[in-house]
Amino acid sequence: MSPVNSKKTPFTFDSVEPESGLRVALGMSRADIIGEVSACQLRGRGGAGFPTGTKWNLAAAAKVKEGGHKYVVCNADEGEPGAFKDRVILSDHADMVFEGMTIAARAIGATVGILYLRSEYVYLRPHLERVLERRRQNTLLGVDIGGVAGFTFDIHIHMGAGAYVCGEETALIESLEGHRGEPRNRPPFPVDTGFNGQPTVVNNVETFAWVVCILGRTAQWFKSIGTAKSTGYKLFSVSGDCAEPGVYEFPLGITVGELVEKVGGRGAKAVQVGGASGHCIPASEFGRRIAFEDVSTGGSIIVFGRDRDMLAVARNFMEFFVEESCGQCTPCRAGNAKLLEGVEMLQRGECSMTYLQELLGLCETMQLASKCGLGQSSPNAFVSIVKHFKDEIMGRTLVH
Amino acid sequence: MLVGQQQRLQDDIRGLVERFGRQRSSLIPVLQEIQKTHTTISDFAMQVVADELGLHPAEVYGVTSFYAFLRQESRGRFVFRLCQTISCDLAGKARVARQLENDLGIRFGQTTADGRFSLEWASCLGMCDQGPALLVNDRVYTQVTPEQVHAIIDECKSTFGAHARQVAHS
Repeated sequence: MSPVNSKKTPFTFDSVEPESGLRVALGMSRADIIGEVSACQLRGRGGAGFPTGTKWNLAAAAKVKEGGHKYVVCNADEGEPGAFKDRVILSDHADMVFEGMTIAARAIGATVGILYLRSEYVYLRPHLERVLERRRQNTLLGVDIGGVAGFTFDIHIHMGAGAYVCGEETALIESLEGHRGEPRNRPPFPVDTGFNGQPTVVNNVETFAWVVCILGRTAQWFKSIGTAKSTGYKLFSVSGDCAEPGVYEFPLGITVGELVEKVGGRGAKAVQVGGASGHCIPASEFGRRIAFEDVSTGGSIIVFGRDRDMLAVARNFMEFFVEESCGQCTPCRAGNAKLLEGVEMLQRGECSMTYLQELLGLCETMQLASKCGLGQSSPNAFVSIVKHFKDEIMGRTLVH
Repeated sequence: MLVGQQQRLQDDIRGLVERFGRQRSSLIPVLQEIQKTHTTISDFAMQVVADELGLHPAEVYGVTSFYAFLRQESRGRFVFRLCQTISCDLAGKARVARQLENDLGIRFGQTTADGRFSLEWASCLGMCDQGPALLVNDRVYTQVTPEQVHAIIDECKSTFGAHARQVAHS
């Protein structure tokens, strides 16, 4: 009944010497740190895959508005269904996350760091506070970090309050500022106008930890792993119908089939890659690669066994989005409710093909016209389930 | 609400604003603390917070009603949140849900008459490899089976006295 360790493979993080990345960074110029992070082509591990080096470069170049300072924010609002690798990283490698944030602060010239922790993970907080306190005592946070005069940076924890949409970086910033978690229009981007209107870098938990490995081991090493467009390793949170659910480290570019094999999911009929906002990949497409250029994911992998009812899966996802839509823009607020209604009609066997086509048209509208990533990606699962499992979902006669 | 209670709530809120700072970004931490101590964020509490932070009460209401972990309604000492998202669904959350309703004698969204237990759904708790997952206040239970539900409730009941004494002494 108590949580068990989710780690299923060794992580690169296990073998990286503590503070090795920060030590290297302190000996480098700001431009060189960013150069290294750019050279390895690290892309955001939260799911969106924005190049980390580019983000840091923009924030480093942005000017601080009067009387303020720059911020480094760690996005620990891991709310994607099926995602839990950030929980494991924060439990086992919190020091590396904070070390990565400190490197980012050095690179962009920030003085304040914030870890935005989702309220569902509140039990991690005492541990994280202890780690932060130890870092302060060891002059790894605070004034003159690592003996470098003038390098001042500290991190505090800010608790979320239960809202999936706050994983979107501008909604997260709204929440930090004490508002409803409603995403902002972009531009301006957070690197220029973020928390309190100041330049702000927001990165995922895993991204910060990789930065430490990259500086400790060189960009060349990182670049040699993965594919040309998706470099490095990635942590995957695997759940669903497989023998060994848990967190795995694999190079990007691994095929869905290889992954299913390794987690003991042989015989699966489909895999949801990228959580509720991701895509449902049927067994016939298990040769596809998990990479930014093919099927991308923030790490969530959910395996569906042979006997799963894919319409019930679609319904669960749509219920999730109806619950979690912030309600700010119409395509997402009304669209998700309409899609859920459509799934319920399909379950009752009352949906005509014409109406289903109309729903798919609505999905397109949502993907194009929603304000943020939540609404833009919320129809993905529905669209891919309809596309691949039409024979299973049409003309139902049984009420589920 | 009794005057004494109102006064205490008001004092608490002033203390919290003092602690977190008189700025907008303190709003959510202040609301979280109020909820922790008073189990609910009442209209009166929202009005006081608004006055203290220099906001319109509608702004405070807007924030309180937005977040799943902030609530205006009174809740029990123990809030049971069962994960309703896909992986816990695949792992059999429906039967755990049914048993929770049976053993607590309430439906989802309700609080027991004695004010001890509330039952709610939660979106993904991040325990997807160990579902069904249940969060009871700050404690997480994993791989919950229907027959374990009773023991979890009993565990809460046995600590309830401690909670009550704590409140009486503070």
